[in-house]
Amino acid sequence: MVIRFIKRFYTFIIFSFLYAPILVLIIYSFNNSRSRGKWSGFTLKWYVELLHDRQILSALYYTILIAIISSVVATVIGTMAAVGIHNMGKWKKSLIMNITYLPVLNPDIVTGISLMILFIFVKMPLGFISMLLAHITFNIPYVILSVLPKLKQLNKHLYEAALDLGATPAYAFKKVILPEIMPGIITGMLLAFTLSLDDFVISFFTTGSGVSNLSITVYSMARRGINPKINALSSIMFIVVLLLLIIVNNRMSKDDSIKESA
Amino acid sequence: MKKNCKVLTLVFLIISLIVISSGCGGTDNSNKITLNVYNWGDYIDESVIDSFEKEYGIKVIYDTFSTNEDMYVKLKAGGDSYDVAFPSEYMIQRMINEDMVQKIDLNNIPNYKYIDERFKNLAYDPNNEYSVPYMWGTLGILYNKTMVDDVVDSWDILWNEKYEKKILMLDSQRDSIGITLKKLGFSLNTKDPAQLEAAKNELIKQKPLVLAYVGDEVKDKMIANEAALAVVWSGDAIFMKRENPDLEYVIPKEGSNLWFDAMVIPKASQHKKEAELFINYMCDTEVAYKNADYIGYSTPHVEAKKLLDPVITSDKTAYPDEEDVKNCEVFEDLGDSLKDYDKIWTEIKAY
Amino acid sequence: MKHKWITYPYIIWMIIFIIIPLALIVFFSVIIETEHGLQFTLQHFKRFLEPVYMVVLLRSIYIAFISTLICLVLGYPMAMILANRGLNKKQFLVSLFVLPMWMNFLLRTYAWLTLLENSGLINTLLSYLGLKKLNLLYNNYAVILGMVYNFLPFMVLPIYSVLIKIDKSVIEAAQDLGADSFTVFRRVTFPLSLPGVMSGITMVFMPSVTTFVISRLLGGGQYTLIGNLIEQQFLYVGDWNFGSALSVVLMIIILLSMGVMSRYDKEHEGGGLW
Repeated sequence: MVIRFIKRFYTFIIFSFLYAPILVLIIYSFNNSRSRGKWSGFTLKWYVELLHDRQILSALYYTILIAIISSVVATVIGTMAAVGIHNMGKWKKSLIMNITYLPVLNPDIVTGISLMILFIFVKMPLGFISMLLAHITFNIPYVILSVLPKLKQLNKHLYEAALDLGATPAYAFKKVILPEIMPGIITGMLLAFTLSLDDFVISFFTTGSGVSNLSITVYSMARRGINPKINALSSIMFIVVLLLLIIVNNRMSKDDSIKESA
Repeated sequence: MKKNCKVLTLVFLIISLIVISSGCGGTDNSNKITLNVYNWGDYIDESVIDSFEKEYGIKVIYDTFSTNEDMYVKLKAGGDSYDVAFPSEYMIQRMINEDMVQKIDLNNIPNYKYIDERFKNLAYDPNNEYSVPYMWGTLGILYNKTMVDDVVDSWDILWNEKYEKKILMLDSQRDSIGITLKKLGFSLNTKDPAQLEAAKNELIKQKPLVLAYVGDEVKDKMIANEAALAVVWSGDAIFMKRENPDLEYVIPKEGSNLWFDAMVIPKASQHKKEAELFINYMCDTEVAYKNADYIGYSTPHVEAKKLLDPVITSDKTAYPDEEDVKNCEVFEDLGDSLKDYDKIWTEIKAY
Repeated sequence: MKHKWITYPYIIWMIIFIIIPLALIVFFSVIIETEHGLQFTLQHFKRFLEPVYMVVLLRSIYIAFISTLICLVLGYPMAMILANRGLNKKQFLVSLFVLPMWMNFLLRTYAWLTLLENSGLINTLLSYLGLKKLNLLYNNYAVILGMVYNFLPFMVLPIYSVLIKIDKSVIEAAQDLGADSFTVFRRVTFPLSLPGVMSGITMVFMPSVTTFVISRLLGGGQYTLIGNLIEQQFLYVGDWNFGSALSVVLMIIILLSMGVMSRYDKEHEGGGLW
């Protein structure tokens, strides 16, 4: 049918749009020239050099570690906050939401520098913990913004019905509310993880003592020209995550087809 | 749902294992002294860090920054204590004025003797009390020989309407305003409002001819023949010429900017002796040669230069004569006048 | 209904990490260092009123507005399509949607340069096919393209997460009552998805106003945006007072405009200012 075709076509266009630069990025990781402006033939040398680069691998480690921890912590705090905010009166809700918007709307430099000053003021050494705290801070608003719409969509009476049927508030929350808002929680966590992976300015100003993330490494290289080792690293990361997603997806569809045939 | 959770947890664990194993090898719990070094990204041959660590038993923690200004804010705020930093000349002057660097005892840096006399005791650090040069270069015009048929020897060519939308300017206040000042015959460190106003008008006049105000991506663009003319630093010019033989670099006759990246010891450093050891190590002939070879910029080290490929050392782009740079100035810290530069730059870019 | 304590962790976090730094910024914006020490002043705010800065601010808001609009127009259908797929592929496709954002931003934007340049891949393809080369870079279109590219997932994901749980029986009821697809969308689906739309708009518009790297790389640095201006104050000029004042003005303007927008969202309380 025409509509089906349009849907598929549209999806194809949007995904091509999203993936075109990624494809370019991957192709140029095999470029023999160090410059993006010229194609000098196919080579694997950047991948080899990557394995010996202690700085980049250390940055990768911290990047992923901080992304995972900060997105999980932000999701927990943010979800709890969203549930609380949802039930607040109008004025309190507006106030808290407006403050929540601040890390989202402020330029990174302002958030980064103000957090840096805060950490220095309380004499906290800049390093892993300070960078982690900063990441959690800018992640939480996105979690709240993802979970809140799901809470608004909820049917209030379901919760009350559960309580009427004898459930404790905790049980009712776990069995009734949580499944309903789960898409929002997952969206929030995904967005938080994404933001954390790619942050430069805030990370730069809140870290120190040898703790660096990939973004800082890449931006610091910009003056000299981004080494295609980074392309190589990004390509590897992309393939790994893509494979993981495919594997998880296959396993899940196996489960469902088993369920269906049962 | 339960099975999905199990799969996801397994995936999560595998990722964590991979990540942790890539991070291992970085911890060393001996009572070594650690030296915190703060440098530009990709601005050192990493093997020299390893050889330094082996030779002196000092562990090096290496952090990178992307601009002088970022580095300045971090150091000023005082959150970390770096032992060696590699700022550019105008930033060194600012740091000296603001008491952010320690005096270096040149007696502890015997290798200092290898630095070319031309690059000692310059205006930004007279008597070299606070810094030791690391790399240097000039700012000039890079042009594509196949796209430019005029003689290129003056900043005027960047205002030539023949090259409309084929000119790349730097998205950097001091550099772009600076070269315009040079074109008009003024100093690129001027604070005179009339001169600055004249420069502003020139730049506004030029704006329709400019393809883009670029930053670091200028290298790839000129290699790809995207534009005919660009303002670039000599270090990058060396790289670009190698990748694209149609490119040529020239320092205009009105003069230009002479830049230096040098090593300093920030005030907060607790390891002055070790820092001086590191700086001295960087000035060792073999080490300086390795760095110059890897980075590809011009080294101020006389002996290291001798070890480099003569094709490079005879290239005026990398190693211009005294004659070529006689009208070049070093950037000075402008203090409060920076606000004027900023206002002008915003006005140029606002409309 | 819910216990109050549940918000406390966030409130504490908020006070320490958002409010205190905010207080710092506000403090910087109203003081000036003179020979007599620190003094209270509003001169930094007065400086902002000069026409050149207004132009910069308006241009930033305009670009952010257009980008948000396009994200909404492109993103909503995408969210609908994603929400209607069979169960497994949904999760997979949504993850695929976010995956490009996990690659470094600078690298991705440089890749756009490779695609859009005069000697770039698209133009090379066009000239190979005998067509004229297009000027795809260093104009407003390139900037908007870059912005949309960067923010589309932030619009799609919240809308998607709301759409998948829209009660099908409500839609079926509307259809039973004789509504055609368009009316169902207009009167049922869209209003029910509004909370997600509001979140999406928030997550796109706000950061768009202060984003400037995209404009610098894809727009050729032709125009200063408010994000550039603020960064310049903090880093290049060292005038933290003016930079802070600019930030405070920006905060007030954006929060006010969000407040105005949420008035159109009366039942659903998007969470604006009043």
